[in-house]
Amino acid sequence: MTGAEAQLQPPAYQRVLGAIREFLRRIPVALRRAEIDTRLFGMLVALAIIWVGFNVVSDGGFLTARNLWNLSVQSASIGIMATGMVLVIVSRNIDLSVGSLLGFLGYTMAMVQIEWIPRALGLGFDQPYTWLVALVVGLVLGATLGAITGLIIGYGGVPSFIVTLGGLLVFRGLIFSYAQGQTMAPLDGIFRLLGGGPEGSLGETLSWAVGVVIAVAIVINAVRSRRRKRHYGFQVRPMWAEIALNGFAIAAVLGAVWVANAYSWPEALAAQFAEERGIPIPPGGLIIPTGIAYPVLILLAVTIVMTYVATRRRFGRNVYAMGGNPEAARLGGINTRKTIVTIFAVMGVLCAISAAVQTARLNAAVTGLGGQNELDVISAAVIGGTSFAGGIGSIPGAVLGAVVMQSLRSGMLLLNVDSPTQDIIVGFVLVIAVGLDAYLRRRAG
Amino acid sequence: MTVEILPPSTPPSPAAPRAPLVDMRDIRVSFGGVHAVDGVNIDLHEGEVVGLVGGNGAGKSTLMKVLSGAQSADAGEIHIRGEVASISSPRDAKTYGIECIYQTLALADNLDCPANIFLGRELVSRVGSLDDDAMEAASRTVLNRLNPNFKNFAAPVVSLSGGQRQAVAIGRAIHFEAKILIMDEPTAALGPAETAQVRDVIKQLKEEGIGIFLISHDIHDVFDLADRISVMYHGRIVDTVEKGSVTTDEVLAMIILGKKAAEASREELAEIQI
Repeated sequence: MTGAEAQLQPPAYQRVLGAIREFLRRIPVALRRAEIDTRLFGMLVALAIIWVGFNVVSDGGFLTARNLWNLSVQSASIGIMATGMVLVIVSRNIDLSVGSLLGFLGYTMAMVQIEWIPRALGLGFDQPYTWLVALVVGLVLGATLGAITGLIIGYGGVPSFIVTLGGLLVFRGLIFSYAQGQTMAPLDGIFRLLGGGPEGSLGETLSWAVGVVIAVAIVINAVRSRRRKRHYGFQVRPMWAEIALNGFAIAAVLGAVWVANAYSWPEALAAQFAEERGIPIPPGGLIIPTGIAYPVLILLAVTIVMTYVATRRRFGRNVYAMGGNPEAARLGGINTRKTIVTIFAVMGVLCAISAAVQTARLNAAVTGLGGQNELDVISAAVIGGTSFAGGIGSIPGAVLGAVVMQSLRSGMLLLNVDSPTQDIIVGFVLVIAVGLDAYLRRRAG
Repeated sequence: MTVEILPPSTPPSPAAPRAPLVDMRDIRVSFGGVHAVDGVNIDLHEGEVVGLVGGNGAGKSTLMKVLSGAQSADAGEIHIRGEVASISSPRDAKTYGIECIYQTLALADNLDCPANIFLGRELVSRVGSLDDDAMEAASRTVLNRLNPNFKNFAAPVVSLSGGQRQAVAIGRAIHFEAKILIMDEPTAALGPAETAQVRDVIKQLKEEGIGIFLISHDIHDVFDLADRISVMYHGRIVDTVEKGSVTTDEVLAMIILGKKAAEASREELAEIQI
């Protein structure tokens, strides 16, 4: 090699960088061939990096059954609301009132259990129906208040930012109309199970049953989708991709169940349980697998239903059409006003579900309930790839976004990072994540 | 506000066979004192193309929006096949077989081609789930007819070329078997090859007995495709003429001067260099 040729050769580090760049460039191509959502894949990778990173830094403290189980429960409440926030933002709206609405609905449900049924109606505490009545009251009120918000936005023509900013103040203030803002506790025994905890979980057998049902559903769905596409003569995914993708999904589901079952009841609680039932405690302590917590089960159900609504129902398609081009949606004969009312009513229902989970978990309703939740919910949706320009966003993405946010918080807590520093880091992550997403989207054209 | 006079269930009158497909009578639309459409009468027959020409702001698009339900008229009546039609929304218009290809195309850029073709009229299964595969199959059929090279059925339409987007918008009208088609500047954003394709489609649809209102700035397009030409000027119809009875220069003179060909003076014609 002559000197001139050596100069023409780029330096070694540049060649390595070039090779890496080339490799990274090929990933989206392979993903596209396998018809995998690139953004969702990217988020899974980011989540894996966060988890492994925290685990390394905390000397194996992060990836424990106990921590992951807690993480799943802590993500549930925000995740549930984030699924609705996706539809709100996709339709070019915003909902700043979700935290306050959650607080108001949680307080109302607590009042039903502690004041109205036992005292006002004189029916007494802990009736078998108390939890259900409280929940239904919360859901109906949530839907109604959401629909009113939607009516003012859709038919009144007031921007959603303003209407829900008003809602943020009004709902928080309304809490004080109940019991002058005193903390309401304790809650009904059955209602409390909605918040999770060892007793508010499915236990080993049922958790496996849920896992197997989901795995079977994944297989059936894949087979039916292939058959339908073949019927129309469309191209189907390459077989390797189909098997790899669904295999990964099934492994993830069963792995999650395994982790949930690997977390056993705290020793003291297990001992108390054993004593109450007269079960002898074996040497080494009684191991009771906890299984999937009810809030996580609820999140799972909400995610499946909301994904179906968003991608496979007319309503969902109309929401995305409105977000992409409101004028085209109107000219296409879509009743955009009615759609907005429905979106906010759905958001209200989801707030009620989250309110039940949060109050049940606290075993109390406090005036600050759900405070600043709107910011976490919007962040989760946005980290999950929902675009403020409208028309773009996915519900599983938003749930993953909620898990990412909670992972960051929980990991930093594990490392004894103080709360203000946590806020600073989460703030940076939010902006960087969205910036990166915007950059990649521009690059993709 | 609406143009409804009689319910759509009026029995067909005996004179129906020769009634025009569309007959718009004395249509008026004003925006805050500006008469965008000022007492317009226009009609359209089966298998006929009526070219609608005029300068910017002449009222062509507004008039057509009244027919497509996107704009409500302040006064006037619309008769479809001799019966008074009640059109107060795009959905109403579609029930009369009126489809409109807007100049903006009215596509949701974030959605794919099948979702756009079925926008607001999605196919659903028995349980109400979207039948995306059926919609894609139907989209393939209709687009194959318009543009055999069209392959991108899964991509958001924002990533398609101008001609392909136009094809999606036209495909929408054809799939739903428009009887009355409004095309607002269908070739304005297209290259020569794509323009030729759209012209072929228009001729085909005309053969099938569909009535077409064609709004165009391109006087040659209009002369090539239209049977009759209506010239609009400041919200009014200047004249409606058979294509064979006028020259392009005479139509241009009407567009610019707002007067019938015979009424324009020699000086005025000289001034606009015709």
